[in-house]
Amino acid sequence: MITGFGVALAAGATLVAVWAFVSAARGREPGRALLVALGVVEALIVAQLVIGIALLIAGDRPGSMVTYLAYLVGALVILPVGAAWALAERSRSSTVILGVACLAIPVMVERIHQIWGAGHG
Amino acid sequence: MAERTDGARRVTATGPGRILVAVYGIFALAATSRAAVQISTKWHEAPLAYTLSAVAAVIYIVATFALARRGDVSFRLAVAACGTELLGVLVVGTLSVFDKEAFPDATVWSGYGEGYLFIPLVLPVIGLLWLRRTARR
Repeated sequence: MITGFGVALAAGATLVAVWAFVSAARGREPGRALLVALGVVEALIVAQLVIGIALLIAGDRPGSMVTYLAYLVGALVILPVGAAWALAERSRSSTVILGVACLAIPVMVERIHQIWGAGHG
Repeated sequence: MAERTDGARRVTATGPGRILVAVYGIFALAATSRAAVQISTKWHEAPLAYTLSAVAAVIYIVATFALARRGDVSFRLAVAACGTELLGVLVVGTLSVFDKEAFPDATVWSGYGEGYLFIPLVLPVIGLLWLRRTARR
């Protein structure tokens, strides 16, 4: 995997998570800007899937193919599902939920890179 | 918010309770994917640990849905799921520390959930406290 991109994605998601927690601490409901930031992170996750598949087409192989694909695709659903759940009842808790969902992203990215790296010991 | 008034229909998924459901949801996803990978790729290495991984995954899924839904049945199911989870993390955590042979590979509950920032240990406690609070309302 491309380490630089993974780091950028993980850092971006963490940053948005911090933003969400700070704004929740100030009693805010999720605002438009935060949702746009969430959309940007999701776009990066889609890019990660594209890069991940491009690497496979190029002939490279991860440690475990099934796991690798499952995590690449699984990472896509976290933010949309989290956002849907968060916005179904708007309160400052919604903002915290968006932050929690964002925090799951760096963990997923790290796992994906681990699985990829296992094939390149 | 009119539906929140009657005590017979307990609502756990409101306000901060929704954060709890979100965290449970993420753990359901994490535990399920971990168990699926372990069982499908290396089942023979540590059947006991991987069975426990699967059991933990099921409990997280049940807890997520039970906390997200309203009603007495869901409430009792949520109490049972959080209770089992607490018991599981304590028993598996203790065994994994004192009898490493039995757990050659990690589960979510190994070392009291140390691989997951001890969230598996804290989560059921918060879950049960939250359920007690919603029961009083």
